[in-house]
Amino acid sequence: MSPKKIILRFSAETSEKPIIYHLVKDYNLMVNIIKARINPAREGTMVLELTGDRYESGIKYLEEQNIKVQKLAEHVNHNRQNCTSCGVCTDACPTGALFLERPAMEVQFNSDKCIVCQICVKVCPVKAMEVCF
Amino acid sequence: MAVEKTYAEINAKIKSGQAVVLTAEEVVSLVAEKGVTQAAKEVDVVTTGTFGPMCSSGAFLNFGHPKPRMRMSKVLLNNVPAYAGIAAVDAYIGATEPTLDDPLNKKFPGEFRYGGGHVIEDLVAGKPVKLKAQSYGTDCYPLKELETEITLQDINEAFLFNPRNAYQNYNCAVNLSDRTKYTYMGMLKPKLANAHYSTSGQLSPLLKDPHFLTIGIGTRIFLGGGEGYVAWYGTQHFPSMLNASGVELHPSGGTLSVIGDLKQMNQRYIRGCSFIGYGCSLAVGIGIPIPVLNEEVMYWVSRSDKELYAPIVDYSDHYPNRTGENLGFVSYADLKSGEITVNGKKVKTAPLSSYPMAVEIATELKERIKAGKFELTQPVQQLPSAKDNIVPKSLNVKE
Ligand code: SF4
Ligand code: SF4
Repeated sequence: MSPKKIILRFSAETSEKPIIYHLVKDYNLMVNIIKARINPAREGTMVLELTGDRYESGIKYLEEQNIKVQKLAEHVNHNRQNCTSCGVCTDACPTGALFLERPAMEVQFNSDKCIVCQICVKVCPVKAMEVCF
Repeated sequence: MAVEKTYAEINAKIKSGQAVVLTAEEVVSLVAEKGVTQAAKEVDVVTTGTFGPMCSSGAFLNFGHPKPRMRMSKVLLNNVPAYAGIAAVDAYIGATEPTLDDPLNKKFPGEFRYGGGHVIEDLVAGKPVKLKAQSYGTDCYPLKELETEITLQDINEAFLFNPRNAYQNYNCAVNLSDRTKYTYMGMLKPKLANAHYSTSGQLSPLLKDPHFLTIGIGTRIFLGGGEGYVAWYGTQHFPSMLNASGVELHPSGGTLSVIGDLKQMNQRYIRGCSFIGYGCSLAVGIGIPIPVLNEEVMYWVSRSDKELYAPIVDYSDHYPNRTGENLGFVSYADLKSGEITVNGKKVKTAPLSSYPMAVEIATELKERIKAGKFELTQPVQQLPSAKDNIVPKSLNVKE
């Protein structure tokens, strides 16, 4: 089974539970923590990659613990603030998700067309294309 | 009567708020409508702009003396080596210098996440930068090692000095081979699948004063958001006529050395950048005002994207191996349209230099001049131009 990415949101009450232990021990899931920000007795978030046959039961367990679970697909974000509209990404993008709007030559991003190939992330000279989870 | 204006007359108009200032883009349509003579009468200054990677950029920094004093002989800024073979606490940080631990192109194509250009951008943004310095120690400068943090405001002088900026023209880069090429012109797809170009065409400073009638040593310019000056001609300043099958197009190949106070600059116009498989650089915003002294100046400054050409060059063989060949010429109007034809094949184009930023810079400079905040300077010396027939030397590698 391929890994699935999820984001967990903890409340002050749930942030101290040993949930990773239970995911591994009780549901036999492989856990890869991508990002975590958890402060004891405060709210927190954690981005996880879960792999295993009992994925659905694991998610059910998390929900029973009052932990909010959000399924997460990777996506690419165009950071307009950082983008200089140089345009060099527009012919690298295979789907036309990044394109030049003429005659102003402003670079625009249509996220519906994006297939998350991440070529733009590599070619953008100022790192204005970001992968988000 | 032929139109003749002096710098003093134009500056007097700027001071009194009477100067008529247009961007190089705006003047194209004015001349198309009214002709060169009438436009030269009406307009006093035309502003140009460009924003793109200019590898030959860097900054001189003076850190001030620590206690005890130090003769810094090795300097690192955010782990990027700066050249310290200057005086005791001076260094020059070059835009293309990568961090010490960068794997470079060993794992091809390399990513080059941080370099000298990024250090300069961080300084301009007011961010603290880690300074590490080493020395051999002398009687007058005993300190041998230090590690601290600096900000742009903490240090004494900080000025950009870019030996080769504002290239008059660039190649339109393509790739004839069957492997992707990672170049300073970006990622070029195999088998002529894309074409990259890198000037703002009809807004580009040196394409609008192609014979250097007004831009010379001492010309005050917009540099990175602040005011700077043309210090000299740039390295590899080879303005010569472009020839397309016996027809002279326009001069090409001029460059400028520019200088300006980093403390006046704005991060919007000074951006560290990196090109996959090639290296780090700095994108610099430059705007140059062109005083309309006479009709000749107006004629050149009003040339549009349709009249400005770039040579199409193959970056898989012709460029790296310096064969001197090209695949023809293409106008900036065609380049900007998104598709050109090379060797009978339709090829998608993309720019490297930002046209919207060039418009923004030319407009900002126009506003400063109109508000009486930016006066023009008469060059103290003209730059060599195409008529000087400068012949580039190549490096003769001796056995
Ligand atoms: S990730 Fe791929 S498809 Fe999406 S914008 Fe970037 S290059 Fe285009
Ligand atoms: S390459 Fe980066 S900076 Fe240039 S247009 Fe694309 S997203 Fe913007």
